Amino acid sequence: MARETPAGDLRLANLTKTFGAFTAVDDLSLTVPQGSFFALLGASGCGKTTTLRMIAGLEPPTSGQVLLGDRDITRLRPYKRPVNTVFQSYALFPHLDVFENVAFGLRRRGIRSVDGQVRQVLSLVRLDGFERRRPGQLSGGQQQRVALARALINHPQVLLLDEPLGALDLTLRRQMQIELKRIQTEVGISFVHVTHDQEEAMTMADTVAVMNAGRIEQLGAPADIYEFPATAFVATFLGQSNLIAGVVSGSSGDDLLVTAHGTRFSVPVGRSRTDQGPVLLGVRPEKLRLAGAVAQVPAGNQHLEGTVTDASYLGVSTQYALRTGAGAELSVFVANSGDRQRFAVGEQAVAYWHPRHAFLLGRADGQARTTPELGEPVGVS
Amino acid sequence: MTALTQLPSGTERSSPRARWGRRRLLPYLLVLPGAAWLVLFFAMPVGQLAAASLYDPTGSISTGYAPAWAFGNYPAALRVYWPQFGRSFRYAGMALAVALVMGYPLAYAIARKAGRWKNLLLVCVIAPMFTSFLVRTLAWKTILSDNGALVGLLRDVHLLGPDGRLLATPIAVVLGLTYNFLPFLVLPLYASLERLDPRLLEAASDLYASPLATFRRVTLPLSMPGLVAGTLLFLIPATGDYINAELLGTPNEYMIGNVIDSAFLIRLDYPQGAALSFLLMSAILALVFGYLRRASPEDLL
Repeated sequence: MARETPAGDLRLANLTKTFGAFTAVDDLSLTVPQGSFFALLGASGCGKTTTLRMIAGLEPPTSGQVLLGDRDITRLRPYKRPVNTVFQSYALFPHLDVFENVAFGLRRRGIRSVDGQVRQVLSLVRLDGFERRRPGQLSGGQQQRVALARALINHPQVLLLDEPLGALDLTLRRQMQIELKRIQTEVGISFVHVTHDQEEAMTMADTVAVMNAGRIEQLGAPADIYEFPATAFVATFLGQSNLIAGVVSGSSGDDLLVTAHGTRFSVPVGRSRTDQGPVLLGVRPEKLRLAGAVAQVPAGNQHLEGTVTDASYLGVSTQYALRTGAGAELSVFVANSGDRQRFAVGEQAVAYWHPRHAFLLGRADGQARTTPELGEPVGVS
Repeated sequence: MTALTQLPSGTERSSPRARWGRRRLLPYLLVLPGAAWLVLFFAMPVGQLAAASLYDPTGSISTGYAPAWAFGNYPAALRVYWPQFGRSFRYAGMALAVALVMGYPLAYAIARKAGRWKNLLLVCVIAPMFTSFLVRTLAWKTILSDNGALVGLLRDVHLLGPDGRLLATPIAVVLGLTYNFLPFLVLPLYASLERLDPRLLEAASDLYASPLATFRRVTLPLSMPGLVAGTLLFLIPATGDYINAELLGTPNEYMIGNVIDSAFLIRLDYPQGAALSFLLMSAILALVFGYLRRASPEDLL
């Protein structure tokens, strides 16, 4: 069988899928290293599920290639691919019990003695003793684990997971995230996980690819993407960002100088995606600090003054909205560590940050990014 | 004060109990017309038929029948007419086989592949029902006639000999049965195939099942309820049918329905007709229960 051939990386080369005039996946190329946990993250309709279905063979690509190691599997029928899927709906066979559902793949490949393997994989997903139940008699979480066991038992080269945790409640989802990660480490199979939940992608994946409109916006380790997003979409889809529209006005040493709201800010060159023209200056809300007056801002920091327009107490932190003089709305997370000053709505405050926590993104002409959590337009300079 | 004035009065307090009583009676009231109809026009005639099957067989319409607990009517009737009995089940079984070969692919195509033609195709399946059963069977008489185009064509390609014919042969009767009862097989099958979740087929394909294996292991078992229902809806009326054998066959093709028909209406042998009716009814019931037990569709529903 195919899994005896030397395994390898999963590669997608210029993969494109169009449905009529709509381009679901647009010239997508990426490599999933063998044994890695790879997450495709994006809003619904961004083409991530279509990508997954093309890898599984359930959707023929319009153009491009799917390669597994050196093998081109683009035109291979789904039942001939060493790839298995955990479907969003689980798609368990209602007329078969748990044992037969899990054994389905082995039996179709003509393997006779399935008992040991089925019991082994059922205990891996912690469903011992459920062999004779029907899918209809299981809870959502149990069904999810049967679907996982049914795919895993075949030792595919790549396991595809199509939002497998979407139907579970929050507690169960957290639990299954940890389980999935544990199982992936244990079996060492490449996992390609499709999700729209950024937290899920960040907790589980080694590599995250953020997709938007059929293209990959950024690909990298979760922390790298979060700390230094490549585009405004990534900056706002993965967590929140304050994005201030400005223009590069020069450079000084290792810093780029940006003019926004009539004030000059600096950003290290190493944290800039562009070095000229209109830009967006980004700072994550938790990287912003609040002070009562400009005089209290520590040296080396940059600041914007404004009025507190909203303060939401969230327990671990307080989320402030700050409207600056030029009309920009900033979001600030302040940890409730007990030694920080609290601000009331209507008070004057100064938001400050260290330049190494800021990042600079290119901005298309006329593009006015909003701080997403407030939905207020930022004044364009 | 306002609370006091709004306290329910005595008569109002008793009304919920009356309403509750009425609510308990409601299911019986709803069943009543149907039940009365069934008792009057089914249970009583069946009882009457059972009594008639045990009448003294030496009686006649003119001399009258004497109730005699004559259980011998049953073996006597079976002894004479077992060929027709066997023929009924044989013809119905053959018709079912032909209908399955045509009907399953048809139901599958309508349910899963027809797209926007689905409704039109369904109408085509049902449309023949808009005309009388008798008229349709008479039309088949024309289609299969010795001078018809079909027989001419079959003679030309030597599938039939120069004197070969279709009408008045077992083939004609089986074809007639197949045609007349096909919708009863196709519609339940269509309903269960239409409900089949396409994602299950994708999952099977993802789990190394070839299209053939997917059909055998997923599509077929999941369409079992429709298949069982359709088979029974086809088999039961086809076995008891007598129109097709009457119009498309000869006495050599007569089925048990024809015998019962003549016992009641021509030979006026009521005890025998009644005994044959009961034999047919019990044979079909045995068939249905045996079949349901083997197919165990309650597992699938």
